[in-house]
Amino acid sequence: MRSTFHQELEELQQDVLRMGTLVEERIGQAVRSLAAGDMQVAKEIIDGDDHVDAMQIDIETRCLQIIALQQPIASDLRIVGTAIKIVGDLERIGDHAVDIAKVTLRIAGEPLMKPLIDVPRMAELAQRMTRDALRSYVRRDPDAAHELLRTDDQVDHLYSQVLRELLVYMMEDPRTIHQATHLLFVAQHLERVADHATNLGEAVIYMVSGERKDLNH
Amino acid sequence: MNAAKMEADRLSLWYGAAPGLKEISVKVPENSITAIIGPSGCGKSSFLRTLNRMNDHVPGARIEGSVLLDGEDIYARGRDPVSLRRRVGMVFQRPNPFPMTIYQNVAYGPRIHGQRNERRLREVVEESLRAAALWDEVRDKLQKSAFELSGGQQQRLCIARALAVEPEVLLMDEPASALDPVATAKIEELAVTLKERYTLIVVTHNMQQAGRISDYTAFFLSGQLVEFGPTKEIFTRPQDQRTEDYITGRFG
Repeated sequence: MRSTFHQELEELQQDVLRMGTLVEERIGQAVRSLAAGDMQVAKEIIDGDDHVDAMQIDIETRCLQIIALQQPIASDLRIVGTAIKIVGDLERIGDHAVDIAKVTLRIAGEPLMKPLIDVPRMAELAQRMTRDALRSYVRRDPDAAHELLRTDDQVDHLYSQVLRELLVYMMEDPRTIHQATHLLFVAQHLERVADHATNLGEAVIYMVSGERKDLNH
Repeated sequence: MNAAKMEADRLSLWYGAAPGLKEISVKVPENSITAIIGPSGCGKSSFLRTLNRMNDHVPGARIEGSVLLDGEDIYARGRDPVSLRRRVGMVFQRPNPFPMTIYQNVAYGPRIHGQRNERRLREVVEESLRAAALWDEVRDKLQKSAFELSGGQQQRLCIARALAVEPEVLLMDEPASALDPVATAKIEELAVTLKERYTLIVVTHNMQQAGRISDYTAFFLSGQLVEFGPTKEIFTRPQDQRTEDYITGRFG
């Protein structure tokens, strides 16, 4: 019964996953554009954000229509409410990709003051967290969502490390301040991406169990 | 929007001196479900009955304007209401099976329209019961009385009976209001599958039901059509304040 409605919910979740996969990839591309000084890729990421925003609006609109037309309750209602919340976090992750791409443009042409090591590692972890959160969403697996906490601690740790290291550079040579500040922004964007991933995990836990968990102390 | 299957053009209806409908103009898209909602006495059932000329039998009922089926006026001089009702079938609020077997209920329509071939009749009965999502529940008791079925099954039998004469449009007047939630859900699910082959127009008091099943919604108030549009739009951002007030439960 109500198979049309449940089909609709299924498609909704597929589209949330599609949007999530897209923004996760865009974080990786943004950091690679920075490491390689590739302005072309950076511009593509900035231009592509409209598409991400359109996906969010489309999914939100459908959620509201489902609430208005289908009156979902219990787990169905949590699926719809969670989708609205998740696409909000995904949209913010997409914005961070844009912010990182803008740094690529800003420091374009300058040689990097040092090879990027910790920043790509942060990006890798933040992307992995996003992927894991999406996997826990698709598999309705709250345990996987809980695991995000541990990775988030690693991201926070790397962020402090990047901060300390860049401060040292800036103190030693004020000419690095311009670039170091922007790299610091990048690290902060990645730290925020990881936080959004923990939000995704919390949303999944709520969707599956109806319980509220704080994964980001 | 699909092409218009039925269309009312400045359609007005009076019962004696009392106005029932005032200048209704609406196009009902083909292969879709159109819900008609509105408070009691708003004219929604009257409107439904004008679509297959059921009001012809109401003493003192008089109409102006026109109702088109595939672009042709169903009230035009010389039009036969019986053949119209074969093309535009109707299902009522309370299940009203005939006092005969399940099989005979479904075979009745095709028989009076001249189908005498028993083998063909058996096929029609099975196809119609399948289309009404009832076949699996009654295949072994086709010779039993229709009254042995539950209320929800009787309503699906009435739908099968309506489908047996191969209509193009199916009018439903509160088809689930006498049924429990499970039987209601089956009727709703059935309605959604039927729109692939038919055009459905459903009068309902149950706004949530209109939301769940319909593609288009018409809101009637005091004999007038206040708003017509895609259900998604009507239920998320109606254009008329009166529609907003009614669907949010602020009056009525």
